[in-house]
Amino acid sequence: MKKRVISTMLCAAMVMSSLAVPAMADDASFDWKAYDGTTLNVMFNEHTYSKAVIEKIPEFEKATGIHVEYSTTPESNYFDKLNTALSSRSGNPDVFMTGAYQVWEYAPAGYMEDLDPYVNDPAKTAADYDYDDFIPATIESLRWDLVPGHAVGEGSLWAVPMGWELNNLSYNKRIFEEKGIEVPKTTDELMETATALNEFDGSGTYGIAVRGSREWATIHPGYMSLFATWGGKDFEIEDGKLVCKLDSEEAIAMTDYWVNLIKQAGPPQWSTYTWYQASADLGAGKAAMLFDATSAAYFQNVEGGSAESGNIAWSTIPLPEGKTEADMKANVWIWSLAMNADSKNKDAAWYFIQYFSNKEFMQWSGTEGACADTPRQSVMDSDGYKEIVGKADNYLEAINALSPNATIQFTPQPYFFECTTTWAETLQDLVTSDKYASTEEAMKQLKATLDEVVSDLEVE
Amino acid sequence: MKQDQTSGAAGVSSVTEYNVVPFKTRVLPYLIVAPALIITIGIMIPFAMAIYYSLTSYSFRMPTYKVTYLKNWVNTFTKPGFWKALWVTVRYAFFSIVIEMLLGMAIALILNTLNNRFSRIMRVCLIFPLMIAPITATIVWQLMLNNSVGVVEHLLNVFGIYNFPWAAGTKTAMLTVVMIDTWVNTPFCMLLVLAGLQSLPKSPFESAKIDGGSTWFNFVNLTLPMLKPSLYIALLFRLMAALQEYSIIFGMTKGGPGDTLMNLSLTAYQTAFQYQKFGPALPYILVLWLMINYLAKFIVGKQRAAQRQAAGLEE
Repeated sequence: MKKRVISTMLCAAMVMSSLAVPAMADDASFDWKAYDGTTLNVMFNEHTYSKAVIEKIPEFEKATGIHVEYSTTPESNYFDKLNTALSSRSGNPDVFMTGAYQVWEYAPAGYMEDLDPYVNDPAKTAADYDYDDFIPATIESLRWDLVPGHAVGEGSLWAVPMGWELNNLSYNKRIFEEKGIEVPKTTDELMETATALNEFDGSGTYGIAVRGSREWATIHPGYMSLFATWGGKDFEIEDGKLVCKLDSEEAIAMTDYWVNLIKQAGPPQWSTYTWYQASADLGAGKAAMLFDATSAAYFQNVEGGSAESGNIAWSTIPLPEGKTEADMKANVWIWSLAMNADSKNKDAAWYFIQYFSNKEFMQWSGTEGACADTPRQSVMDSDGYKEIVGKADNYLEAINALSPNATIQFTPQPYFFECTTTWAETLQDLVTSDKYASTEEAMKQLKATLDEVVSDLEVE
Repeated sequence: MKQDQTSGAAGVSSVTEYNVVPFKTRVLPYLIVAPALIITIGIMIPFAMAIYYSLTSYSFRMPTYKVTYLKNWVNTFTKPGFWKALWVTVRYAFFSIVIEMLLGMAIALILNTLNNRFSRIMRVCLIFPLMIAPITATIVWQLMLNNSVGVVEHLLNVFGIYNFPWAAGTKTAMLTVVMIDTWVNTPFCMLLVLAGLQSLPKSPFESAKIDGGSTWFNFVNLTLPMLKPSLYIALLFRLMAALQEYSIIFGMTKGGPGDTLMNLSLTAYQTAFQYQKFGPALPYILVLWLMINYLAKFIVGKQRAAQRQAAGLEE
């Protein structure tokens, strides 16, 4: 009896200690040195998430004995470089940073390794990795069954999240207070407020910053979130085929609104604006509002991050007429780590992915590492996270309000980049030229083009 | 019949001589040309591969491909995007070359005429843009032309011009990228023209001076004809580069707004690397290659004729 009590107490002590100290240090049975001496090549996009990983690479090398060589590329060119590297089938890089949409192109091409066998193998994954701790919307968005048109959430796990981004409205509260203007809640109010804030501080300042460069990244943040909230759909399956729905009434109305918003109060050089320029303008006090990723504004608000740090606040998605909060559909972007299917060091690569997605690292990156949009529930629930991220005005509240409907609003299919780049091109034509007589004409032509692009896809 | 016998005898004789020539001597000519042959084959292999893959459905995202014969070519020529890209390519090359050649020649003439300490300093300063990679120059110009923080915007504000669209406008995008190209490449034209000017013989100019020839007369009848070979060389190099232009346009607008700046190189790059359709991308590049090949041959012919003319070998 005495022995049983002692053993129970010892077990309890072990469980308690596993909760109290960093996961890796505690799981003594897991052999982190199994691939000592291996060299891994890693490709990163230039981002706060990758900065956090890079900062901790020396610790990873010390803990595992795995040497890491990495490269960092700005987002505008990152995926082109990655496409070329993966298509060479050389196995370099072993690990790469990716988004959820890229899964639809890379996984069917055979560039991505299915991570389920690694996650589910106790010999390869530490017992305290706690897969179930990932916020379902993030980890499930990285699963796909490779069937075009099928929603994410089913099939193999192709990547593991580093962080996720919802898209919503953020604004400079200093400017709003100075001008005595209320934060817009509806799309009509947004148009009115953004127009009123044009040149709020002289030439070069304007109402609302949004992306506009000729690429897929222009479609997925603010535009797609409002598009979905408006009731628009990109594709639907009809008679076993993917059919583009960009000529629907909702799609035309929303696009027409968006084009007018940019013309009335967007950046003067909108068609060259990427994530960097749009968020930098909010931070520099050039733009009064930003409709983009939650984190885009967050980085500008971090102390010393920009001229307007501390002045930025967050709202949700302005509602079109007849829509309620329940209709808000924020589009989601998930920065993730994936493994090259041609890697020669797959187990070591999984160690890297595992190390930089475990609870210990995520707790650090979510708080001290400035990666506000953590994909782990335990981090979100921690006092340290709430204390730091909670300082951002209405940040957590906006995320909580948008989370229930937040998901990837696009239809998964391997021609995603061709379709969204063509979409962005049409948007640019509508804003900067008189190529089309109306938005309706442009969207009908776009629909015809995209139907042609996806025509060879087999949909079950 | 007699003739046949003679040739027959000569044939026997030559065979006999051939047999006594040592193996090394017989092989030597082939060995001498072998490196050139290998290099030529090495250069031609990618072209041959490009032609082959342009007849297939080769894609980075598919494990296999099939031969589609002329499908990619027919699709390319029937797409309005191809003709638009061709038109953008030609316009970009035309504007950038005309401006750079005229500006390069004007600067070279001024520097050659001055030939003092100032001109020597300017010669060094003016070639600085050539030392910068075009993509780096594009990033610097992007910052300078930014409406919020750009120095050019502040300068224009003095003249009452605000928010000039530069690369963001359909009507000003071409102007913007040609302007950057001009900044980067004018020094190249200037250098070649200046080298040509400094190699001109002095006696014709001295004779013309004695005969009372005006500056304009000397320029049109002496300088320009003798300078033509250098001008053709500058034109050849700039034309080839301008037709292939990629980095400035991609760095500035990625081909936008809309398809305003989508030239053949960018369209091929987008199709091959962003959309991962390698086979359909190749006709764009091969058309560009044919264009450049034909124009280069034409200019080289002109350059040779001008060289003979300048040397007084033909009228």
